[in-house]
Amino acid sequence: MYRSHVLVCGGTGCTSSNSQKIIEAMEAELKAKGLENEVQVIRTGCFGLCALGPIMIVYPEGCFYSEVKVEDVPEIVEEHLLKGRMVKRLLYSETVTPTEIKGLHDTAFYRKQKRVALANCGVINPEDINEYIAYDGYQALAKCLTELTPEQVIQIVKDSGLRGRGGGGFPTGLKWSFTAANKADQKYVVCNADEGDPGAFMDRSVLEGDPHCLIEAMTICGYATGATEGYVYVRAEYPIAVARLQIAINQAREMGLLGKDIFGSGFDFDLFIKLGAGAFVCGEETALMTSIEGNRGEPRPRPPYPAVKGLFGKPTTENNVETFANIPAIIRNGGDWFASMGTEKSKGTKVFALGGKIANTGLVEIPMGTTLRDIIYEIGGGIPGGKKFKAAQTGGPSGGCIPASLIDTPIDYDNLTAIGCMMGSGGLIVMDEDNCMVDIAKFFLDFTVDESCGKCTPCRVGTKRLREMLDKITDGNATLEDLDKLEELCHYIKDNSLCGLGQTAPNPVLATLKFFRDEYIAHVVDKKCPAGVCKNLLQYSIVADMCKGCTLCAKKCPVGAISGTVKQPHTIDPAKCIKCGVCMDSCKFKAIIKK
Amino acid sequence: MKTLEELMALRDAAKANLTARDDSSEVTRIVVGMATCGIAAGARPIMAKFVEETAKRGLTNVTVAQTGCIGMCRFEPIAEVLVPGKEKVTYVQLTEEKVARIVADHIVNGVPVAEYTIGAVTE
Repeated sequence: MYRSHVLVCGGTGCTSSNSQKIIEAMEAELKAKGLENEVQVIRTGCFGLCALGPIMIVYPEGCFYSEVKVEDVPEIVEEHLLKGRMVKRLLYSETVTPTEIKGLHDTAFYRKQKRVALANCGVINPEDINEYIAYDGYQALAKCLTELTPEQVIQIVKDSGLRGRGGGGFPTGLKWSFTAANKADQKYVVCNADEGDPGAFMDRSVLEGDPHCLIEAMTICGYATGATEGYVYVRAEYPIAVARLQIAINQAREMGLLGKDIFGSGFDFDLFIKLGAGAFVCGEETALMTSIEGNRGEPRPRPPYPAVKGLFGKPTTENNVETFANIPAIIRNGGDWFASMGTEKSKGTKVFALGGKIANTGLVEIPMGTTLRDIIYEIGGGIPGGKKFKAAQTGGPSGGCIPASLIDTPIDYDNLTAIGCMMGSGGLIVMDEDNCMVDIAKFFLDFTVDESCGKCTPCRVGTKRLREMLDKITDGNATLEDLDKLEELCHYIKDNSLCGLGQTAPNPVLATLKFFRDEYIAHVVDKKCPAGVCKNLLQYSIVADMCKGCTLCAKKCPVGAISGTVKQPHTIDPAKCIKCGVCMDSCKFKAIIKK
Repeated sequence: MKTLEELMALRDAAKANLTARDDSSEVTRIVVGMATCGIAAGARPIMAKFVEETAKRGLTNVTVAQTGCIGMCRFEPIAEVLVPGKEKVTYVQLTEEKVARIVADHIVNGVPVAEYTIGAVTE
C-alpha cells in the first residue's frame, strides 16, 4: 500500500508544459530517497484549471500545487514527501488562508461546479481499469445487462432529459429509441469525438482522463439499441487521447467487458477507433459516417437519418463524447437524479471550455441554468487587467455571442437559442473592450471558408463572399447598403446549405450584427475601428507636446516611417507606416497614439 | 467478467488502494509528526510501520499522513489518531511495537491505548 499518492495532470495542456518530465523527475527523485514503495505517482487526466498547469495534487493532504516546474521536484520530494512539510510557495494561492490550507473543492473555481461527465477526470489513473472500477465503473453496464431490458434502459435515458452535448441538443433517449425501433441484421453505435471548434477541448479531456467511461456508455447504448459494434471517430491531432482510449479498449477486452457474452448475458459488443484527418465538416454526422466508410468526408442530405440508414447503410446511433460520458452516472443514479439538475428543458450539467480574456482558462462543468456572470466572474476569476467585459462567444464558428447586457442570462439550450446564440459543443471565449466584434466575425468566417467541404454552393461560395464583404468593411470601403446585403446573404446561406456547417456558418456574423451593429456602423460610416484592432482603419500619430525627441521610435520603426531631429518632436509618415505598433510599444513617454 | 459479484469484488479490492485519495470526513487519519525533531527521534520508521500495519490488515478507511512539529519535541516521535466523531488521541515516544498495538487496539477495535498517550506520560 502506498501512503501517499501524487497525482500529476497528464492532459494535453499540462503535458505541453512539461508534466511528463515532472513525472519522470519525480519517480527518479523518489527512488533516490528510497520512497518508491511509499509514494505512488499517477498520471491523470485534466483537472480543469489549465491556466495554472502543470498541476499536481498530493494526497492524503489533498494539497494543490500549481505551475510546478521540473526544478521544483527535488524540493517537493525532500520537504513534503520525506519531511511532511508542504511547499507553501507552490500552493495554489486560492487554497491558502492565514489559518489553514483549504481543499481544492472549496476554491471559487470548483465550488460552483458540479462534475458528472468529468467526475473522474483528474481523479483516477486513466490507464488503469482497476481505478475506474474502484470508482463504481462498469456497474452501470452490469446493471443494464443483468437487470434491465433494452426498453428500460432507453426509458431511464429518456427520463433523465439528457440532450445531445455536441451542439444540436437533440434528446438522447429519443434518438436511441429510433435506432432500437428499426430491425436490421447489423446496427452500429458511433461516438463523435471529432472535436473541431476552435477553443473547445472537453471531449479530448474526457478521452484523456476517463476513457473507460466512454467504453461503458457505448456498450450500454449498443445493448439498448441492438448494436454489436461501435466506432469512435477521433481526430488524429489528439494523440494522447487516442493512445489512452486504445489502452482502455485493450484492458476492457482482456477483462471481458468488451467482446462476447458480456456479464454472461449473451450480449456481444466490440469497439474500434477510427482516426480522422481533422476536417471540421467530419463533425457533421453524415460526413463523419461517410469518412468512417473510407470515403471523402462529405455530408449527404437527411432523411434518411442515421437511425434508419447510417454507417454502412445500417441503423446507427451517433452521440458526442460528452453525451456518452453522462450515461453511466445516469444509469447508476437514475433518470430522476439527473433530471433534478439544470433547468426545465435542459437537464443536468454542461462542460464549458473557458478561453480568451479570462483569468482561469480551463475546463468547467456546471449545472444548466448557471448565469454567464457566475461563469466569468466567480468560476473564471474575472477578466485580467481590470478590463471591461464586452461579450462571450459560444459555440465556436457555428455559434453566436452573448453581449454584456445579457450577462445574467441563465445558460441553457433554449435561452441561448432565444437570444440568437447556440450552445454548440461548449467553447466559451470571453472578449473584453479590446476585441473588435467585426474582426471576431471575420476570424470565424476565415475558419468556415477553410473548412467548407465544397459540396454545396451556398456554403462553398457564400461563405467566401461573406468574408469578402467583411474585408470590405474592415478596410473602410463599405457602405451602409453593404450591411443589408451582408445580412441578406447570411440568411440565404443559412436556408440553403446542405449540412450544419453551412447552415450555422453565418451565425457569428448575424450575432455580432445584432448586438454590435454600432461597431459595424463605426467601421462603415466613420471609417474607424472603436477597439483599435482593424489595421486599415487605424492611424498612428505622435503627440508633439509629449514627444521628447528621444529617437527611439525612429530607430525601432522597421520601414523608416518616422522622421525628426534629436530633442525635437518626431512625425510619422502615414504613407510609409505599416501599422505594426512597434513605435507605440517602445515609446517611454506615451506620446504615440492610435485612432 | 461474467457476474456482478465478480465486478464488486474487484471494485472493493481496487478501492482499498485508493483510500489515500479519499478526502471525505469518514476516514480515520493517523498523523505522524515529521518535523526535524520528529525525524531525528525516528519518526520515519514509525510512519512506515503505521503504513505496514494498516495495509497488512486491509484497512480501507485509514490514511497515514505527515505533519510538521506538533510542539512537544521532547516526546517525539508523536502521532495523532483522528477517528471521525471522536476526540483526537495523541500518542508519544512511539516505538514500532507500540505502533502495532495502537493499530490493533485503537484503529481496529476502537479502544485507545491509554498508557501510550500524552496524558499518561505527563501525569
